[in-house]
Amino acid sequence: MNFEFSDETQEIAGQGRRFLAGKDCLKTVRASLSGGEGSDAALWREMADLGWAGAAIPEEYGGHGIGYEALCAIAEELGRSLAPVPFAATNLAAEALLRTGSEEQKQAWLPKIAAGEATGTLALSEGNGPISEDAVTVRYADGKLTGTKWPVAHGATADFAVVVARDPDGRIVQVLAELGDGVTRTKLDSIDASRPQARLDFDGAPAALLQSNEDPWDATLSVIDRAAIITAFEEVGGAQACLDMAVDYAKTRYAFGRPIGSNQAIKHKLADVFVALELARSNAMMGALGLLSGEQDLSLAAATARVSSIQAFVTASSENIQTHGGIGFTWEADPQLFYRRANALALGLGSQDFWKDRLISALERRHAA
Amino acid sequence: MDLEDTKEEADYRASVRAFLDANAEPRSRSAAPARFYQVNEDRLKIAKAWQAKKAAAGFAGIRWPTEWGGQGLSAIHDVIYQQEEGKYAVPKGVFEIGLGMCIPTMMAFASKEQLERYTGPALRGEEIWCQLFSEPHGGSDLAGLRTRAVKDGDDWVINGQKIWTSGAHLSDYGILVTRTDPNVPKHKGLTMFFIDMHAPGVEVRPIHQMSGASHFNEVFFTDLRIPDAQRLGEVGDGWKVALTTLMNERLAVGDEPRPDIDDLFAFAQKFERNGKPAIKDPVVRDRIADWYAKSKGIEATRYRTFTRLSRGATPGPEASIGRVVNAMKQQEMARFALEMMGAGGMVSDPSVSQNGGEFQLSLLSSPGARIAGGTSEILRNIIAERVLGLPGDVRVDKDMAFKDVPSGRG
Repeated sequence: MNFEFSDETQEIAGQGRRFLAGKDCLKTVRASLSGGEGSDAALWREMADLGWAGAAIPEEYGGHGIGYEALCAIAEELGRSLAPVPFAATNLAAEALLRTGSEEQKQAWLPKIAAGEATGTLALSEGNGPISEDAVTVRYADGKLTGTKWPVAHGATADFAVVVARDPDGRIVQVLAELGDGVTRTKLDSIDASRPQARLDFDGAPAALLQSNEDPWDATLSVIDRAAIITAFEEVGGAQACLDMAVDYAKTRYAFGRPIGSNQAIKHKLADVFVALELARSNAMMGALGLLSGEQDLSLAAATARVSSIQAFVTASSENIQTHGGIGFTWEADPQLFYRRANALALGLGSQDFWKDRLISALERRHAA
Repeated sequence: MDLEDTKEEADYRASVRAFLDANAEPRSRSAAPARFYQVNEDRLKIAKAWQAKKAAAGFAGIRWPTEWGGQGLSAIHDVIYQQEEGKYAVPKGVFEIGLGMCIPTMMAFASKEQLERYTGPALRGEEIWCQLFSEPHGGSDLAGLRTRAVKDGDDWVINGQKIWTSGAHLSDYGILVTRTDPNVPKHKGLTMFFIDMHAPGVEVRPIHQMSGASHFNEVFFTDLRIPDAQRLGEVGDGWKVALTTLMNERLAVGDEPRPDIDDLFAFAQKFERNGKPAIKDPVVRDRIADWYAKSKGIEATRYRTFTRLSRGATPGPEASIGRVVNAMKQQEMARFALEMMGAGGMVSDPSVSQNGGEFQLSLLSSPGARIAGGTSEILRNIIAERVLGLPGDVRVDKDMAFKDVPSGRG
């Protein structure tokens, strides 16, 4: 049995943790609450220099090809530090390009992503409601996009987007759009300004079809499955940070003449957070194993990881505030930053209801087979 | 990263399979789950014969030192054996406490002559051992136990009562923790012995559980007289000895209590509500997805534990995770299955009940899972203190002579 990150991956994670600890990410995240950029472009370029932007991009496209295991470990560190960078969105777009892009499209964007010179995003949602094929109304015809997508992660700053749209016959297509002419971008206030969201209005914006052997909607969901596993690691990292903060506070904060952490009400709460976190970590690792082994249908592993990691981070961030008491509810204290991120991550890539339904559908397919 | 055995582990697994294939029948999933300790004379004979066969083939006492007939192998070998044995219809449960907890305690504290006498028969299933720890006044607070041992010449005379003793009604011997000095704080006045369960002065009464089953017993001691030679460890060191025993708590290798999440999923596919299978109902999907993610999380957490064992580590307190989650999940799943059935959910009569009444039985047996072998609350304390490093609770009885500790209802 060898169900643990390799020594090499753990080393990458350790380097990442030390690097991020020196960057004071929380300061940037906090600044975003008062109208800062939200995303730290300089930090992202430094990360690209470390090979993080192109970790899973093959070397033939300028990437580092160190693979999904390292990508998962990096995601965990980014989650732990709340690093305000377009990692998840860019990774999602790169994954879509890798799977469905032409050779030319890959050569045009992947090396730039790996070098930190370009960022991308996935434009799927069209307002409120779950991820659904029926909800897609943006039109793609004659090489041009028309319609509105929101929320789009890092949409105000991304250089390109993989857009899910409909062709004139009503079929779902995936297209690649450089975010320039014909696109109006509007930054939207959101619960986590360090993962900024935008509205993209396409008014005849030029775009190119992404070809796939798969049905384009299935291809979209496949990419989301992969992203869900990476995001699960971000959530695990964030949940761990919350648990660490809460435990530290419970040991050092005294009330009634003793540390509050000696009370069972606090102990049991934090034990439950630990249990949720460990289940989430284990399920995320099973997802990572699926990614590594090149399985095509990752829906069950991804949904399982996603459900657990949403629950773990949302619970950990919420109970971290509760353990801190009144101070945890203040603007100046850090717990709110994790609470914002936990809830943004819980919503941004399909919320629990979507993933639970996907999980059960995968089980139904397995039993029917 | 993978879930594969090392070469050495794979070889060992192959040898285990060869033994099981030659000597046992594969267990079908639909077979009635084994009920621990629900054994009559015939089944006990079968269990003893199976244990003897394992011992002869070198698959008993896997982690015991070779000096005492064991295999001198590591925890991961034990895990591999249990994983494979779980796939076969063989008796289990009866010998676990003796081989896993009592005899290892004996190995640490008994004399060479005693070990020569007791290890072999235990290994071969000829003698069964139980662990006499919990009392009506010493459950979660084990060190609050009151069974008295009083020195009388070279003997000790024991009076008192134990409770929740698994398998006492089948046992030949037991390890017994007693209070020998009530004038010192509770942890300091304890002493451990081993006893003959058939000796005069020992009376075993089965406990009838709310589920109808009887897994546990009360054990009463009335002027039980034992020689000082049956003392394990020093007088007053009983707490230290008891911790040695508890360190050997059995590793969970994966047998989730039935009905499990797969049973519930299968039931929801088969059972119709409002003219369609229950699994098509969004509420049902939501709940089952939750429990599925938890079940898989426990399974994968176990793989992480096995990985550490495979690399030579000893299992830590994180093993409590599975028990905390499973106990509540089992109760919730049973209740939800009954809710799906509506008023019919009350009916356990196999003539009409869906799934032969197994969810009704689970509803009535699952409260025990949150209590037996350490309540979920105690397990959370263990996680909080030993994994997270939170400080211990205030202990009002820590420095008080045991006889002065308040005892509430008596």
